[in-house]
Amino acid sequence: MGSIEQRFTLLVPSSTENLALIRDFVSNVGLQAGLGEDDVAKLELAVDEACTNVIEHAHRGDLSKDVVVRATFDERTLRVEVVDTGEGFDPATQPQENLEQMVAKHRSGGLGLRVMKSLMDEVSYEIVPGDTNRLRMVKKLRKEV
Amino acid sequence: MPHPFAVHRLQEGDLSVLSLDGYLDAHTAPHFERAIQDEIDAGRVRLVVDGAQLKYISSAGLGVFMSFIEEVREKGGDIKICSLVPKVRQIFDILGFQAIYDMVESRDEAVRRFVDVPTREV
Repeated sequence: MGSIEQRFTLLVPSSTENLALIRDFVSNVGLQAGLGEDDVAKLELAVDEACTNVIEHAHRGDLSKDVVVRATFDERTLRVEVVDTGEGFDPATQPQENLEQMVAKHRSGGLGLRVMKSLMDEVSYEIVPGDTNRLRMVKKLRKEV
Repeated sequence: MPHPFAVHRLQEGDLSVLSLDGYLDAHTAPHFERAIQDEIDAGRVRLVVDGAQLKYISSAGLGVFMSFIEEVREKGGDIKICSLVPKVRQIFDILGFQAIYDMVESRDEAVRRFVDVPTREV
């Protein structure tokens, strides 16, 4: 297989009903990329969090919109990009409070971003208001030398 | 097809045990939310959430725990979490849930914990 890059794309209507399908998709790509069971579980959850933010915040439950998940890997890195055409919700703009403060303020927004950052090696955003928004996540592959 | 999720309810003395079964994500979180709301509406605020059969949780599910804990404790009760499998427990730990919630290994331990610490400060 060498260092040839492999690409996979999933496009689904923007509904939480499709989160299971999205998880199955990235799980299969993760396995094909050579991730272990533990890292596949982390990948699934991180992508679920990203897509949930898109479905609930960027698209605000608008089923006519699509969520696009693109996954690419070579021998070193697995990259996942979640693309939406919504309002450019950037979870990084959520205030960073500790759990006690969030409970006291009845807030749970921003938890997903914490999860993504904890589980993936890199998380970044490219938001173009009125156009497309991309959340990119990177998982380094630990291959034996 | 969404991954399945169910909440099984059991009364143990004055404790309500809610056993979570399956996948708790943004799609299924409203189901869990209703289950807890039903307990509170019925005046039952001593809740054990048993996660032995919980295969998956995302922050949407964790948000449900967060949204009710203050109300439950203000009413003299608590939510004790037990029997999480390591993969799920890891997510609770990443977000620091152990600072706010009693999280124990078994349902029996959760029941005993209610005797020792019936409620906690938020």
